[in-house]
Amino acid sequence: MSATLTKSAPTPGAGGGTPGRGAAVRGALGGALRSREIAVAVVLLVVVAVATVRNDSFLLSADGWRDLLLTPSILLLLAAGQMMVIVTRSVDLSVGSTMALTAYLTGRLFIDVPGIPIIVVVLAGVALGAVLGLVNGVLVAYGQVPALVITLGTMYVYRGIMLTWAGSDRINAGDMPSGFLALGTKQVLTIPLLTIVAVAVVAVVGYYLHTARSGRELYAIGSDPDAAKLYGLKVPTRVLTAFVLCGALAGLAGVVHAARYGTVSSGVGNGIELQAVGAAVIGGVAIFGGSGTVWGAAIGAVLLVTINRALPILGIPDFWQRAVVGALILGAVVLDRVLALRQSRKYDEEREG
Amino acid sequence: MSDTPSTPSAPATPVLEMADVRKSFGPVAALRSGTMTVESGSIHALVGENGAGKSTLVKIVAGVHRRDGGTLRFEGADVDFTSTAESKGAGIAVIYQEPTLFPDLSVTENIFMGRQPLGRGRRIDRAAMLKETTEIFERLGVDIDPRRPALGLSIADQQIIEIAKAISLDARLLIMDEPTAALSGVEVERLFAVARSLRDEGRGLVFISHRFEEVFALCDRVTVMRDGAYVATTDIATTTPDAIVEMMVGREVGELFPKTVATIGEPVLEVRGLRSAGTFRDISFDVRAGEIVGLAGLVGAGRSEIARAVFGVDAYDAGTVTMRGKKVRPRRPRAAIAAGMAFVPEDRRKQGLVVDASVARNVASVIRRQLSSLGLLTGRAENKASGPWAGRLEVKTNALDMAATTMSGGNQQKVVIAKWLATEPQLLIIDEPTRGIDVGTKAEVHRLLSDLAGQGLAILMISSELPEVLGMADRVLVVREGQITAELDRTEATPESVMKAATAGAVPTELTPVLPDALLKEVGA
Amino acid sequence: MSASTPTKTPLTKRPAGGGDGSARTYASYARPAWQRLLLTRETAIIALLVVVLVWANVNVPNFDGPLTVYYLFLDLMPILLIALPMTLIIITGEIDLSVASTVALTSAFTGVLFTDAGFSFPVAALAAIAIGAVCGAFNGFLVGYVGLPSLAVTIGTLALYRGIAVGLLGTEAKTGFPDEWADRVTDRIGETSYPQGLVVFLVLAVVFALLLHFSSFGRGVFEIGLNDEAARFSGVDVARTKLVLFMLAGAVSGLAGVYYTLRFDLSRGDSATGMELQVIAAVLLGGVSIFGGRGALHGVIAGVLLIGVIASAMRLEGQTQNVTNIVTGVLLIASVIIPRLLSWASGRLPRRTRGDT
Repeated sequence: MSATLTKSAPTPGAGGGTPGRGAAVRGALGGALRSREIAVAVVLLVVVAVATVRNDSFLLSADGWRDLLLTPSILLLLAAGQMMVIVTRSVDLSVGSTMALTAYLTGRLFIDVPGIPIIVVVLAGVALGAVLGLVNGVLVAYGQVPALVITLGTMYVYRGIMLTWAGSDRINAGDMPSGFLALGTKQVLTIPLLTIVAVAVVAVVGYYLHTARSGRELYAIGSDPDAAKLYGLKVPTRVLTAFVLCGALAGLAGVVHAARYGTVSSGVGNGIELQAVGAAVIGGVAIFGGSGTVWGAAIGAVLLVTINRALPILGIPDFWQRAVVGALILGAVVLDRVLALRQSRKYDEEREG
Repeated sequence: MSDTPSTPSAPATPVLEMADVRKSFGPVAALRSGTMTVESGSIHALVGENGAGKSTLVKIVAGVHRRDGGTLRFEGADVDFTSTAESKGAGIAVIYQEPTLFPDLSVTENIFMGRQPLGRGRRIDRAAMLKETTEIFERLGVDIDPRRPALGLSIADQQIIEIAKAISLDARLLIMDEPTAALSGVEVERLFAVARSLRDEGRGLVFISHRFEEVFALCDRVTVMRDGAYVATTDIATTTPDAIVEMMVGREVGELFPKTVATIGEPVLEVRGLRSAGTFRDISFDVRAGEIVGLAGLVGAGRSEIARAVFGVDAYDAGTVTMRGKKVRPRRPRAAIAAGMAFVPEDRRKQGLVVDASVARNVASVIRRQLSSLGLLTGRAENKASGPWAGRLEVKTNALDMAATTMSGGNQQKVVIAKWLATEPQLLIIDEPTRGIDVGTKAEVHRLLSDLAGQGLAILMISSELPEVLGMADRVLVVREGQITAELDRTEATPESVMKAATAGAVPTELTPVLPDALLKEVGA
Repeated sequence: MSASTPTKTPLTKRPAGGGDGSARTYASYARPAWQRLLLTRETAIIALLVVVLVWANVNVPNFDGPLTVYYLFLDLMPILLIALPMTLIIITGEIDLSVASTVALTSAFTGVLFTDAGFSFPVAALAAIAIGAVCGAFNGFLVGYVGLPSLAVTIGTLALYRGIAVGLLGTEAKTGFPDEWADRVTDRIGETSYPQGLVVFLVLAVVFALLLHFSSFGRGVFEIGLNDEAARFSGVDVARTKLVLFMLAGAVSGLAGVYYTLRFDLSRGDSATGMELQVIAAVLLGGVSIFGGRGALHGVIAGVLLIGVIASAMRLEGQTQNVTNIVTGVLLIASVIIPRLLSWASGRLPRRTRGDT
């Protein structure tokens, strides 16, 4: 029995850390890295700055500026949703498939219901996403089976439904009204509309997680599910909510994809679920729940997307971008571990001092 | 039960009334007749051996379990809680042995989770939350930063957080399940001061403890349970520890420690200068063949940590561990096993065995390499090897493929011991040998340890039960705050000498050990 | 082999309570053999596989043709191979998402070493398998010794290894691998409709089955999944076990990468994309618990075959891959939900509460 409060996440086989170097070094480094959000944001700024120095059109041209802001919007939405699920100690692997389904639904509605108001299509996409999230949530929260298995299953099912429904069809720009496609290029004060939407969503999620009782309970559940039950929290309801919100945001991401790219092919969102998880991890969201912010996940998402675009400019062939992303995720996980060890050593010293 | 409780003058209105509450889990009746009345403005002790049904009773009051029958009244009204949220809402707070906090969240959030004060627009009012937390901490006289995460708090501080939670709930009934098990003397004193002030405010408190000195120092009345049933309730002022022990055990206690005299041989284990930063230091001692060495001290003094380091489960920073003259590689349980060590750890279900695995697999788990032929291991070989060992210890099970999880604590302990005896060790380290097992099995374990020592096995025994240490050990090492503060011969070891070395006067005077004479008689102190 | 038996030891226990002195004896098993063999998840999956096979033979035109089985195994081979070590990893309660990326990386290396560096094919292949083992060792080191969560680590290396594979080859694709080696993998065994590559799988399957179910190491694998702390207290080297398992997964993925290269005569950075989830789905369908601690290799092999048989039957029926995906997904969900429903229905749903004694 340990005498102090430790996290109930799986313990390492051999976690014996070596004694720290020096308190001074520790303090300085710890201070700079205390806020993960700031640390990742600094990395992001450095990447943008270096890319801009190499090629000023990366930031300073109209196209560069727009792409810089617009490209991350889809992953931003997915990461925000994924973060809410991860914080409850679950994971949702079906977001890519959900996004593909709603993207196709968007195109289908424009084709089948001529003159349908754009807002109805957007709401339909979000609603479909929420329903798909509900299916995940019911199975995970009430079936009491691990989210990894369930959402791996629904990942196949949703993708299969989308492909069966679409057959060999493909939605092209010509199928969708120009008013809708204009959303993808519209800018307000040079800032793309879709980016504003994505940032607004992140802000709302952040506000919810910070100020609503149910938002805080998501953290509590992820931090210690057994304790959450003893506290009398409505664990299944909250987990269900997280999945529904995650699904709804994936639904919105599907609509955004249709507007941004004007086409919906069968490969929409393939593999993006792991990018969303990766963005959250880079942003400091603990993979076993309980801690992290949506801001972190959002900045992580922007960093992932921006690095992809910056690499060619930095002289690294873009083939290597995934390797860099992988290294980034590993670096984030290792950093989390180092910081956690340092923190627990600090508490040990405090108790003895 | 048929015993009529003595009826002292009722000072106040009852806050909790339980009569004949029953609860079964499958075929096992965990609680056959739970009866207890707690008055407001009083501290009520609930005592009984492990498995007497105290925890089940508490969990029914808390709404974790639902009762099968009997009456439960809170503040005069019949209640039937279906969840912890309901009992909490009604005004009942429970502090479990191991506090249940959210490590990632701040202390303040932990206190208010699920019922945070709301401001405009149903937003959590963090300022109000922080203010109330600060006020409660001031009242309790504790110095904990309300903004820090709960991660890394000591057990004592975690319990303070739990109490703060209860106060912020305005709980009229506060149940504390062995809150002092892991506390030092000063921390116990702080806890008691808080408990008394809560009582003086007119709240009802239930205090579960195995330490009689604490029960007698703190409580007003005591209810005794045995085998899942109510035995009696009396005023503390009118009873004695001996009387309570008799009611708890329900039979003569004298037969507990049948220590036989063994010939003590050469040193088997030699520990020199063992140190682990922040946990223990300067640890040097020997254990000889045929000798039982008791490691005594308060919980949290570092006894288990020393044992874990010796066995190689934990690392240590300096010092050596030698078995029969050969140095044992640190941080490598397998090296310790090869050197002839066996280790029955403190937490049976988490460390001692794999409860979801079968009896055969558990018993054979350390010797299975030797059971393999050409690298292949069959279930038949495991059964063949484990059956006799299980039989030797009289493990009660239908078949060897039954999962250990279905067994009683005592039976599980026998499986753990069988598993280690199967390795034919020269040294047995046994941490809390009889924790959570019934009286009958307890006596069996004591007899077994005595026999094993008689056959030349060296035994290092850690125990929080002073009578057990004094009764079994040939020599007692007392650990305080990570250091060995006394080495006492069997003749020198008395409750007083051990407690003095374990606490060094840090224990408040009111807590001088009040040990039941009945237990001490046998000890021959 | 001297197994320690109590009769040899002096540590005898005095019979308690005046018995006749003979120690208690026990039955080895609580249930009769047929129950132990039949009432398992593995048996359920195998039965389902048989049912689907029979149904397909009767109802699906051409299913009983010689090509069906041949291509079934040819296509399933990488999944069959990787499912073996993946089973052991999941039984310890960990997961490896990087296996498909390792397949691509080793395939890319095979191509580069053979075509550009001029190695002979066997040397290039062995080097690729070694690289796979190194990839796995990296995962295993981070998970076992550093103590990082495998889900996060292998999401990272999934991107990293894939990135290196794509980075190595760019948009290039290497072909022209020696036919003699390709033939050794794809030729039929004698007159049967089984490809020769199957022999490699069968050998590995036997090795892994012995390792998991008939060795001390395998017992440790299960113990780590059920209770890693107790395993450590009994002398199981948890960190090393995990390192070994991830290394095995890497090496077998390397083997699958070589197979991939030969089978398609192609070495590309983007091959086997998404295969990690196919492997995991098959392993879970085969009755392995994602929480660790339970599962058996025959169930897993049946799980892989079940997915493969359904896919090829549906293809012959004229269904697209999409419907097969739906069926796979539904099966996977059903495989975890149905046992839950059954135990709930029979009122045996275990109540997990903290601190129960």
